[in-house]
Amino acid sequence: MELHQMGVAELSAGLRNKDFSAVELSSTLLQRLRQAQDNLNACITISEESALEQARAADQRRAQGDSAPLLGVPLAHKDIFCTRGQRTTCGSKMLAEFVSPYDATVVQRFQKAGMVSLGKLNMDEFAMGSSNETSFFGAVRNPWDLTRVPGGSSGGSAAALAARLLPAATGTDTGGSIRQPAAFCGVTGLKPTYGRVSRYGMIAFASSLDQGGPMARSAADCALLMDVMAGHDALDSTSHPQAAGRFSAALGRSVKGLRIGVPEEFFGEGLDPEVAQVVQEAIQWYVRQGAEIRPVHLPNNVHAVSTYYVLAPAEASSNLSRFDGIRYSHRSGSSVDLQELYLQSRYEGFGPEVRRRILVGSYVLSAGYYDAYYRKAQQLRALIREDFRRAFAEVDVIMGPTTPTPAFALGAKSADPVAMYLADIYTIAVNLAGIPALSLPCGFSKAGLPIGLQIMGNYFADELILGLGDAYQRDSDWHQQVPGWEEQ
Amino acid sequence: MVKRIAHLSRIALPDNELPQMVSQLERIFSLVAEMQAVPTQGVEPMAHPLDLRQPLRSDALRQECLSREELMASAPRAQDGLFLVPKVIE
Repeated sequence: MELHQMGVAELSAGLRNKDFSAVELSSTLLQRLRQAQDNLNACITISEESALEQARAADQRRAQGDSAPLLGVPLAHKDIFCTRGQRTTCGSKMLAEFVSPYDATVVQRFQKAGMVSLGKLNMDEFAMGSSNETSFFGAVRNPWDLTRVPGGSSGGSAAALAARLLPAATGTDTGGSIRQPAAFCGVTGLKPTYGRVSRYGMIAFASSLDQGGPMARSAADCALLMDVMAGHDALDSTSHPQAAGRFSAALGRSVKGLRIGVPEEFFGEGLDPEVAQVVQEAIQWYVRQGAEIRPVHLPNNVHAVSTYYVLAPAEASSNLSRFDGIRYSHRSGSSVDLQELYLQSRYEGFGPEVRRRILVGSYVLSAGYYDAYYRKAQQLRALIREDFRRAFAEVDVIMGPTTPTPAFALGAKSADPVAMYLADIYTIAVNLAGIPALSLPCGFSKAGLPIGLQIMGNYFADELILGLGDAYQRDSDWHQQVPGWEEQ
Repeated sequence: MVKRIAHLSRIALPDNELPQMVSQLERIFSLVAEMQAVPTQGVEPMAHPLDLRQPLRSDALRQECLSREELMASAPRAQDGLFLVPKVIE
């Protein structure tokens, strides 16, 4: 097997056995990343020099007897994670020149583990989008079909993994931004329980929903990444004291006796029949291994999208007020007074989707509308969480599709924000509640596009859902299918 | 209304972009409007997924902090360790 085809676990073993060095490995992948840019546009920054320096350091550490499991394994970060001395753009013109003075906690943790960061991955601007088309640095293309979107907002991460440019990547998920692109590109991604992965240095979109997580080509690899990524961080006031875990050690569990909830609300109108069939077949695999299915109801899921499109823009309008054109963001050249400087810098620096969401947020928080929108949405959020509480009293996990359709065509939904928002109809409730969910490949459409199975767990059941994803992947090869983008 | 919200948001909204912004916001708010029909009387609003208390750190000086130079390196306009802005006071 060639280096670029190997996953995290295989690379870790290869490095340990000295089959190849970290420098050889990183050089190979850096070359692939560069070559794929024209076709896929998965990266915003490729940091060759610093990557090779880190790889040399990893080889040195190994020569000195260090045997950290991920030492020398490459990855790349979604460009929402601050990286010291390196450009961090968040996919926006607003931050196109921003060089972070510090590292995000997640970046630091991977660095300490000896992983080699190859660069920064493309994303929807400020993580607002479900197609990667809102990026200031151009859309990412789906390696399974270059005329289709990779999903978003962690589209660069998903496309790079699917195209075998990288074995591992970070992503963030506010309403589905890890799981939806993972499903569209045929890779595996975990949105952890809120509070397990530090948000320090992860540029904020909607702070009560944002959660960083691992993306890779298997659940087992995601678990290895979580071993490093998760943990309490005093620098994040919402970091959970029990955030850490031994995720990889929890793999290899039996499925026997598992109670799976299958909500009928996830199989109703709007679901592509091909997706429904493939996902049902995957659920049947668990039944054959001894799991039992129980019907559960999530009656308020139907309100998840509207609840989200009040709360997330409200939080975003506040979080994004820091970009003022003065301290570290794009500054308009034409302004004569301070007011004009704010207005123009923010108009020029933010793209249309971000501007739209900030306006929605300002509106729902403005005097006279707060109760009708913001407070109402917070009440619905409580009802949505209550649905999950009730369901998890009866079942261990909930399964369903990650997305209503496979990847759609570039440009298909960019004119209508609401059509785009509905692409996240099965993923948003998870963020509102704060529970963990995994998306993993479970088949293909007739057109050859990947389809994702979503496994949702109760609070802190991250280990369980990773284990269930891993069990399925030990007996299936959907996650090992390779897209033919190099021939397209 | 939309112009006022744009101003509150400190984002310029050129006249030629106003009609499109209005129609897109109308689309979004017609999606969101369905919420109003859900009975929520007596439901405690949920602000956050975790019922955690705000952690506090001790009120002590930190040993390490970033230098002014590092923090200001990305400022679009700065001079002598100060951010430059258009004249505010006449």
